Amino acid sequence: MEWETVIGLEIHAQLNTVSKIFSGAPTAYGAEPNRQACPVDLGMPGVLPVLNRGVVERAVMLGLALDAEVAGRSVFARKNYFYPDLPKGYQISQFELPIVASGHLDIELEDGSTKRIGVTRAHLEEDAGKSLHEGFEAMTGIDLNRAGTPLVEIVSEPDLRSAKEAVAYMKKLHSLVRYLDICDGNMQEGSFRCDANVSIRPKGQAEFGTRAELKNLNSFRFVERAINFEIERQIDVIEGGGRVVQETRLYDPDRDETRSMRTKEEANDYRYFPDPDLLPVEVDQDFIEEIRGRLPELPDAKRERFVREYELPEYDAGVLTATREMGDFYEAVVRGCNAPKLAANWVMGEFSAALNRSEVELAEAPVDAGALAGLLARIQDETISGKIAKEVFEAMWNGEGDADSVIEAKGLKQITDTGAIDAIIDEVIANNPKQLEQYKGGKDKLFGFFVGQVMKATQGKANPAQVNERLKERLDQA
Amino acid sequence: MSVDTEHVQRIAELSRLAMDDDQAREFAGGLSDIFDFVEQLDGADIEGVEPMAHPMDAAQRLRPDAVTEPDRRDDYQAIAPAVEGGLYLVPRVIE
Repeated sequence: MEWETVIGLEIHAQLNTVSKIFSGAPTAYGAEPNRQACPVDLGMPGVLPVLNRGVVERAVMLGLALDAEVAGRSVFARKNYFYPDLPKGYQISQFELPIVASGHLDIELEDGSTKRIGVTRAHLEEDAGKSLHEGFEAMTGIDLNRAGTPLVEIVSEPDLRSAKEAVAYMKKLHSLVRYLDICDGNMQEGSFRCDANVSIRPKGQAEFGTRAELKNLNSFRFVERAINFEIERQIDVIEGGGRVVQETRLYDPDRDETRSMRTKEEANDYRYFPDPDLLPVEVDQDFIEEIRGRLPELPDAKRERFVREYELPEYDAGVLTATREMGDFYEAVVRGCNAPKLAANWVMGEFSAALNRSEVELAEAPVDAGALAGLLARIQDETISGKIAKEVFEAMWNGEGDADSVIEAKGLKQITDTGAIDAIIDEVIANNPKQLEQYKGGKDKLFGFFVGQVMKATQGKANPAQVNERLKERLDQA
Repeated sequence: MSVDTEHVQRIAELSRLAMDDDQAREFAGGLSDIFDFVEQLDGADIEGVEPMAHPMDAAQRLRPDAVTEPDRRDDYQAIAPAVEGGLYLVPRVIE
């Protein structure tokens, strides 16, 4: 039987405010345990939560970017469950009236087509603390620094049909929150986390199958592998005559499998109710318009503009707008050298390769946009060839100075003096009488041999177009 | 609406409360009475009345995003039953 996969993703993004959602404690990552947990975060009696304006602004920004409805009125609710890293015994979240509803995100599929993925809702909530089970005799250590860190949970419609689509959606959303600068997107530190609801159904069937919820998918690679494992597992269960049970499964990257998390918590009943400590959140039109005015250019718009303005192929525009930093870098290079396609080739090619090789972030690259533009300008004005430029770039990357000083120091300036080129050509012709004879005899292919010899004699510094032109003339005269 | 003992035991489990059958029967009766009392509201005409999330007719005030809480871990941990390396210790929660 042919099966169809149905996937919906729940993505938790930590909002990058400096203070927590309901308290004035800091949110910085990596502090010593409990140094950033104040009485509100600790769930001390008598404390009251006060909502952070920065959190609401970021949620509205996301809502606008997802072309969603931003609720004029949203309500915080208590989600009740017991776990030691949740000191109050409930998580403050949003349930019936989330701040963002009915949005969408367009993803690009491998065949180049676009697919619209529905975003059911995005709601605000507080993160829990961390439990450390290792290293204590019969005890668990609790660190509440993360408790109260603002999260936005973004819930997609079950519109995704493969692990690849799920990854494409997740990457797109990851790029979006970073463009908006509302989340640092650091997956290793847990700033951007994903749970996946996965089910299968016979192709053509309208009803959904029973789904499993996959947790602990903290990288794009794990999302893809966990979903693919889960699809195979469900097919095996059903084709083996069994039934898929609704449950939460944990992905184990070491064994590349998902495992049931069968606990007594299984049939959870969170008994949501409106939090009496918090009033309804009201967002008026002025607030929304103020935020709209602060929205940066978003990835899709930037990509379209790159195609239009710089006449780049769709593919190039997609790569160069994958992150806001990359797009800004590219545009700075273009401003400096006025050669959009050349700049695109270099940013995506040599430059990105060097970043990967050196394992540095764009912001720390030893060659900045101005320096790269300076190099490309020397290709443009034919001071050096593209081939020599790679050598110059390498030297620049290694800290040997800007393009002009490297070209000067290494004597790499292209030879454009016709007299000098002619002299070399004549020498090459004189040194290869046999080839000359064959060429004259009609073996045109040998032209390439002569070009090669001339380039070799000039160590690649001769202007290739000029060499072609002069060589043709000299050979004809010889 | 009537609440049976099974219902009561379920709520007790979610609330981490131990309860024997006698207590469950007692609470089932009491809670049923409470529900019956509240159910009178079902007779009210609520046509055109917006659902209420909070009894106060006001909106949530927002605070600026700024760090205002100093690190007072030592004070907070002075009243904790067990602490180690800055962590609060609780009875082990996984098997």
